[in-house]
Amino acid sequence: MRSVLRSPWLLLTPSIVLLLVLFGWPLVDGVLEAFTDEHGFTLTHWQRLFDDPYFLDALRNTLLLIVIVVPVQLVLAVAMSLLVQARPRFVSGHFYLWCIPLAISELAAGLVWLSIFDNRGYLNSLLVSLGLSEHGVQWLSYDNTATMLLTVVLAEIWRATSLVFVIVVAGVQMVPREYDEAAQVFGASFWQRLRHVTLPMLKPSLQVALILRTILALQAFAVAQALTGRDFPLLVGETYEWYVGLQNPAVASAVALVVLAISVGTAVLYLRTVRSPSEAES
Amino acid sequence: MTDATGSTAATANTAATSAQRRALPPVDHTPLRRRRMRAAWVQFACILISLFMALPIVLVGLSALSSRAALAEFPKSLLPSELSTETLQAFLQATGTFPAFGNSLLVGLYTVFWSLVVGAPAGYALARYAFRGKEPYQVFILLVRALPIVVLSVPLATMFLQFGVYDTVFAVTLVHTVLALPTTVLITASIFVSVPHDVEEAAQIFGCTRWQAARKVVLPLALPGLAASSIFTFVLSWNEILGATVVTLGHRTLPAQVLTSLAEASQAYRFAGGFALILPALLFIFVMRRYLVNMWGTTLR
Repeated sequence: MRSVLRSPWLLLTPSIVLLLVLFGWPLVDGVLEAFTDEHGFTLTHWQRLFDDPYFLDALRNTLLLIVIVVPVQLVLAVAMSLLVQARPRFVSGHFYLWCIPLAISELAAGLVWLSIFDNRGYLNSLLVSLGLSEHGVQWLSYDNTATMLLTVVLAEIWRATSLVFVIVVAGVQMVPREYDEAAQVFGASFWQRLRHVTLPMLKPSLQVALILRTILALQAFAVAQALTGRDFPLLVGETYEWYVGLQNPAVASAVALVVLAISVGTAVLYLRTVRSPSEAES
Repeated sequence: MTDATGSTAATANTAATSAQRRALPPVDHTPLRRRRMRAAWVQFACILISLFMALPIVLVGLSALSSRAALAEFPKSLLPSELSTETLQAFLQATGTFPAFGNSLLVGLYTVFWSLVVGAPAGYALARYAFRGKEPYQVFILLVRALPIVVLSVPLATMFLQFGVYDTVFAVTLVHTVLALPTTVLITASIFVSVPHDVEEAAQIFGCTRWQAARKVVLPLALPGLAASSIFTFVLSWNEILGATVVTLGHRTLPAQVLTSLAEASQAYRFAGGFALILPALLFIFVMRRYLVNMWGTTLR
């Protein structure tokens, strides 16, 4: 009995040690940096941050991006895995194509969509040759926040839906087909089976996907960087600008702490609202 | 229509062989037709999604294969007016591209190995044991994942400088393992939860130790999920830009190399860079696809 009680910590210790050394100390250091200068405690870095016109834009853009992208991706990924489950013809070909964006970096995705939304890109070429527009639309122009948001949202959906898709597919594999077949035998419709059999069985996978995607979407920056530079600021992009561009690690740490606060907030919220898989077990 | 002809055929049939009243009822084609309609709709939806996924890659590929003159044209035709490898060659011959590719590969493989070795046991513990401190551990894990890499990488860079590992593959591997570990723990935990506890107990009843049961029964059942988890880890490392940029100076990974060159880059360099970053992704997913689909096929049967 005693060994049973002790063994989870045996399995957990390596990860805890590694994370404490490479995560705990740098975190403390980062917080200290954001709140101190050479004279001790100070709030001047935060003052500078809030005086910066980019910051509030970045905050708004980041939240908008999450609110739009994450739900669309979850629905799309579940739909895609149901399509694969229906075993259409050429399923392996489709599966391959849908998985490709998995291995595509955020930066590359931005560059890919740049070839489409660029002023001389393929979309404008199409619009002009169809006669729908005379000179094309300035999708990425700095005063066109709505179209910039649209391009970044599209690029993010394109890039990261496969990530959710593979998590959901791995979950679908674990669901025994018998449950679905039993429901079918008892006359349940497609939507009833989805609502009462498939989705509850997928809950652990969906929870992981939801948490992961929200937190990763919070950290998106290279897509916007490649598409628009700093015209469409995102929070992590701002930390990057402050650190690499303006050489100010203190303010960079302050922005990073804002991102951290939002991330922890969403994670706690999810853990509260969606019952954790371990509780279902015990 | 078919029902009508079917029933007339049936009546003709019964008239011909009036001796037997057990003639077969008319064949009802409706379920079959509904099934075909459904398959057609599924295929249509699949093709739509495939187009959405593939078309942008084709377009950036066409851009990368255009000559500089063809890139400057407007409106562009779908197929470039002049095919040439000059854009791609210029990118490949730019300093640092090849070594950066090698660095990316090494860092990715090391990260997959270490995060699985350290993370999968923790995921198993989370899935199977009820213990005090479980909730704090989960919150701790999520906190690590939630931390933006910038706040980590700046102090880490100074730490690596002190220990003399700054600007090495090892340094980037460490950063990426810390980044990937929470993901690995969370995903493996959800995978092990989905493996029924009963089979493990059955194995133990038949004389396996706890360790043997985990290795011989749970692990094979969890393999498809673990494969998916490895994909994430590798991709996470392959795609990570900020940490790799901050803790290296000369030994950059490929995305870091492209990002730092982006500011003074031409449009041609960007398209070629984007395409070059995608090419290994095509290959990598192709290799993994066979593995995943195999797993998928066997587990479904």
